Amino acid sequence: MKTVVVPLGPFHPLLEEAEYFKLFVEGETVVDMDLKVGYMHRGIEKLCESKTFDQVPFVVERICGICSTSHPLAYVNAVEDLLGVEIPERAKYIRTIIAELERIHSHLLWMGLAGHFIGYDTVFMWAWRYREPVLDLFELISGNRNHYAMMNVGGVRRDIKEDDYGQILSTLDEVRGGTELFIGAVMDDPVIHARTKGIGVLTPEDARAYGTLGPTVRGSGIPDDIRRDDPYAAYDMIEWDICTYEGGDVFAKTAVRLLETVEATNIIRRCVEQMRPGPICADVQTIPAGEGLGHAEAPRGEVLHYVRSDGSSRPVRHKVRAPSLMNIPSFKVTCIGEKIADAALITAAVDPCYCCTERTAAVEKGSDKAVLTGGDLVEMSRRKTAQIRNDLGCVPPVEKLVRGIMAR
Amino acid sequence: MAESKTLEGLRQKLGEKIRDIEEKNERRTYVKLFEADLPDAARLLLDGGGRLAIITGIDTRNGIELLYHFFLAEEHRFITVKVLARKPQPRMVSLAPWLPAANWAEREIQDLLGVTFDNHPDPRRLLLADSWPEGVHPLRRDFRGLPK
Repeated sequence: MKTVVVPLGPFHPLLEEAEYFKLFVEGETVVDMDLKVGYMHRGIEKLCESKTFDQVPFVVERICGICSTSHPLAYVNAVEDLLGVEIPERAKYIRTIIAELERIHSHLLWMGLAGHFIGYDTVFMWAWRYREPVLDLFELISGNRNHYAMMNVGGVRRDIKEDDYGQILSTLDEVRGGTELFIGAVMDDPVIHARTKGIGVLTPEDARAYGTLGPTVRGSGIPDDIRRDDPYAAYDMIEWDICTYEGGDVFAKTAVRLLETVEATNIIRRCVEQMRPGPICADVQTIPAGEGLGHAEAPRGEVLHYVRSDGSSRPVRHKVRAPSLMNIPSFKVTCIGEKIADAALITAAVDPCYCCTERTAAVEKGSDKAVLTGGDLVEMSRRKTAQIRNDLGCVPPVEKLVRGIMAR
Repeated sequence: MAESKTLEGLRQKLGEKIRDIEEKNERRTYVKLFEADLPDAARLLLDGGGRLAIITGIDTRNGIELLYHFFLAEEHRFITVKVLARKPQPRMVSLAPWLPAANWAEREIQDLLGVTFDNHPDPRRLLLADSWPEGVHPLRRDFRGLPK
């Protein structure tokens, strides 16, 4: 059969960032794939070498707009590893609270986009409705809805006021209630099952070989989590569970994210209950010569920073590795053999972040002529859901749930 | 300090080939090796439950220092293998033919620091723009902007 090349990108139809996936297709089946990244390379590592150690957190905070705190957190972990400094207990709890609030808003953002993509705009509205109060919490704590600028070498830059505990806990209840209702609906929805189960399977062996991270690896049943494997902040001071799901498909990755959202509310609640008044930053004067390695479990997986110092006020080398750099190459195994209407959903399932790392087109092999655009692919995906819904001839639970709420 | 079975295995298998071991703290170990011993060490670390997290390249006086960061989840530690790709033509054996996780990491270093990875299955440019001139590597110390 004639092989056709489908370009997906340079703007991902779902995430609207620059990345180029060249899908080779036979009929409707993807037979090979080529990835091209680099469209968003900004030279952050080089830039950091010209900043002082205390300026770097503000630069790396701008690597990602969604998981903006995970980069500064991994960076301060690296510098603190270099220093061998112990940070105050209250700072550990505050770091954990900020990191988990970010996990909630990031996972809900992804849920909304994934819903929109498969033709469930109600899911999009539902997820983002619960994301909004989380952003309000960030504003309450830090003054900003994004780029909270909380991390500092030695601790945190702002305290959380005891007067704000009430609003934090009531927002958590609201988000948790919404997410649990949502989990109930998604787990039983026959259309979501048909679209996501057995689609884009990442086997545990491939997950390991590619070094995949975060919900991508935990969706293959592997309990890898930096928060437990190399605890930082307050993760070894509170009770919490790693969320995994068997199957390795889009459904499993979705389930992991939903479960993690609920678990994040538990973690934050425990931090708020356990933390006591006290100092929020250790006294750090100079950074000696040496090297430090720090990481943090971002919503998409491990963020890793390596810092080398020569005793001056600036790092001589600052290496940054975002989780998507490890997760994106696994498309090579998850997309092959799948239908083209599912390809964009599979690539979206790892929640790729191109700004951190870095597009898609359908081309006829040998001709290099694009036959489908990104918009066409979204349309194909949405049509597939509409077809399944028609075939089932019933109102799926997610829609029933949302209709019920709208009628209230 | 907590014992690491994998580190012990590395010591036994490579013995005197190990140039230096620095146990910075119980979660971070740096092992200096000669270039030829890198694949053996990598296999040992992977067999011990390790995962190649990333490769860091650093431009130093004698060559490009390459740091292979392996994270061992069960032992709660990083074991970083340090090797040197000597100037003026830095080269290193590629791990990518049998380890997919090394593929992009090596291509990134090839772009930014100009290290050639021998037997790399897909040595195309990864991050730099198509119009970027050949042989100019932005993370080298002597990089002074693009030629006019």
